[in-house]
Amino acid sequence: MMMEAPAREPVNFAGLLKDAAFAAAIAFGLFSLMLGLKTDQTLNNQMVLVPRPGLLAAVVGLVFVGRFLIGYWQAVNAGKITKRKAPATPLALKIEKYGTAAFVGFLFVYPMMVLGTAGPSGAIKWIDNLGIQILIYIMLGWGLNIVVGLAGLLDLGYVAFYAVGAYSYALLATSEPVREFMAGVVGPTFWPLWAFWICLPVAGILAAFWGVLLGFPVLRLRGDYLAIVTLAFGEIIRLVLINWVEFSGGYAGISSIPRPSFFGVPFNATESGFAATFGLEFTPIYRTIFLFYVILILALITAVVSTRLRRLPVGRAWEALREDEIACRSLGINTVNTKLTAFAIGAMFGGFAGAFFAARQGFISPESFVFLESAQILAIVVLGGMGSLLGVVIASILLVGGVELLRELDFLKAYFGDNFDPAQYRMLIFGACMVLMMLWKPRGLISVREPSVFLKEKKAVSSDLVKEGHG
Amino acid sequence: MEVFVQQLINGVTLGAVYGLIAIGYTMVFGIIGMVNFAHGDVFMISAFVALICFMAVTALAGMTGGAVFLALLVALIVSMIVTSLFSWTIERVAYRKLRGSFRLAPLISAIGMSILLMNFVQVAQGARNKPIPPIMRDTISLFEKDGFVVAISYKQILIILVTAILLGIFWYVVQKTPLGRAQRACEQDQKMAALLGINVDRTIAVTFIMGAALAAVAGTMFLTYYGVVVFSDGFVPGVKAFTAAVLGGIGSLPGAVLGGMLIGLIETFWSAYFSIDYKDVAAFSILAIVLIFMPQGLLGKPEVEKV
Repeated sequence: MMMEAPAREPVNFAGLLKDAAFAAAIAFGLFSLMLGLKTDQTLNNQMVLVPRPGLLAAVVGLVFVGRFLIGYWQAVNAGKITKRKAPATPLALKIEKYGTAAFVGFLFVYPMMVLGTAGPSGAIKWIDNLGIQILIYIMLGWGLNIVVGLAGLLDLGYVAFYAVGAYSYALLATSEPVREFMAGVVGPTFWPLWAFWICLPVAGILAAFWGVLLGFPVLRLRGDYLAIVTLAFGEIIRLVLINWVEFSGGYAGISSIPRPSFFGVPFNATESGFAATFGLEFTPIYRTIFLFYVILILALITAVVSTRLRRLPVGRAWEALREDEIACRSLGINTVNTKLTAFAIGAMFGGFAGAFFAARQGFISPESFVFLESAQILAIVVLGGMGSLLGVVIASILLVGGVELLRELDFLKAYFGDNFDPAQYRMLIFGACMVLMMLWKPRGLISVREPSVFLKEKKAVSSDLVKEGHG
Repeated sequence: MEVFVQQLINGVTLGAVYGLIAIGYTMVFGIIGMVNFAHGDVFMISAFVALICFMAVTALAGMTGGAVFLALLVALIVSMIVTSLFSWTIERVAYRKLRGSFRLAPLISAIGMSILLMNFVQVAQGARNKPIPPIMRDTISLFEKDGFVVAISYKQILIILVTAILLGIFWYVVQKTPLGRAQRACEQDQKMAALLGINVDRTIAVTFIMGAALAAVAGTMFLTYYGVVVFSDGFVPGVKAFTAAVLGGIGSLPGAVLGGMLIGLIETFWSAYFSIDYKDVAAFSILAIVLIFMPQGLLGKPEVEKV
């Protein structure tokens, strides 16, 4: 016997068209002034309005068609009941289990692969702009994940610690007294070569110190208030860096920061340089590849430390704190120390990443540490699914890598004219992605939690079931 | 003394702008408990709408005194309408679905919205500063001492007057009309309000619209006062207005106005007597200090924590 499909209601096209027309009317109201008229300056600095009816019509039309299609899709799918079976081990955990080793292995051979396919001159772009850039954000995301994902403390000023790390390294490495002192103690060639390796831990420690310093006053705050105060702290640090010119160089920043050496062997074309020492022909690509491995190892250290910490008492205290602070306190957990360690350790990794950033760029200025960076890092953590290391990787690749790839879309100029610059839409798309991702998956891409303590067998907990704490 | 009075006038003008924006933050926080991060950018958009409108009207009617006044009036009204539409759309698209979702989702969505709006304006209108021709440059000298003239400009009088009138209307709406009652009911208990037949969704939408309309007044005033607007102008005034809302006690409407005045005064006096470079640092520090030591603000009710 055949099962008859339940009769589906016919799609109400008149209603859909009405909806779409309403949306188009709203869009017309929104954009008729903002898009339909462009303010321009003429050569003698007169402001004029340039009408753009075509663009306005196109946008309104797009909204009409888009709303209609969405409405149609919803109407067609309205009757269907989606059955969801909870798999024994959720897919995400499976990927995490088997995919991690493969992915890390892939990362280790990535520079070689690119070098092989694109050649030394083409490879720099792929390793530096794409590889190193994404890895920096992965590392920052994993660092912030300790504060936001594990301890549940919403931090909108993470970039402050990134800045502390970067300025610590830049100031120490370019400081004349330090150089002279080191020259007196261990000889003149030592400091320029080893500055990065000595300053890296120092930068981390200083950032951790600042983490405690800024964390201490905000211990009582939670949720949105905590987010806003940390935002204020981040902005204060940036504004001080801009205005305290004698200390930090102000807007001009700090330039000619020494680059890291291969453990004492510099990357230059001299006799004692890296290429000559290893009998290779000199190209700048070696430094880029080396930097790629440095940030890869730093990021992996962050990942290993945070997974290990999660299983230690302090990590379990963080997660308990995230779920319920009052319960934590009544069970005798010292919330002050727990919060401060989370701030300090998260900040420390931010500091490491900052020092690396300064060494990679060779130049830093307060422009690199704006609020938008904090928002971007937080977005990566939240979009990835708070607490999930794999989620951070996926979110960084999507957001940072995807946005970087927009720079590559020069062929679109053929369709939209020479003035069309895809990179200018970078942040527009980024903002839209943040909103859409939240609407689609408010819990982030990977919203499964692996328990760190369990009875008899490990059961993954969907975070839909977890009540979010009041961190 | 003369400098003090002059700065007092300037501070009150600036404070009026912050107070108007702060009301939007405080109302939304009061009713759905979220920090509407995009509100600063809504304010920036309103200034742009006013700019475009002003230019369109003066292009048609010329730059005579009457035409400028007409242009400002049209700019104010159109900006209020279009900005309200923006705010309504933002609430409808980016926040409504996330109401009742987990705590961070609306905040992240709002931050994304803020980035989206800022870059939309940058792409649509360009990244340059957008000036309007100088208008209403006349001032009234109040008194003079040792060559220092204390003056109040027509712009400042206009800003303070319009702010006072609109705050009066707003106060009447919230306190005396059924709409205001519905709003206050939703603020206290949404579920109960819904059970008593209040359309909660609509009330929240109206809250967003009212906040945006007041932000549009602030945006038009900002444009008239400074004569220039740029796409990134939303962030810092937004954070300062949020500081004002927190200082006055978030959720409290008179608190928002009081906080706005205080922040405006502190900023102008700080710039006049200490250092203009660190005026934003001062505002951010006040935000941090108030949140840490006095989270309920000046006029807010202390939050009671329940298990």
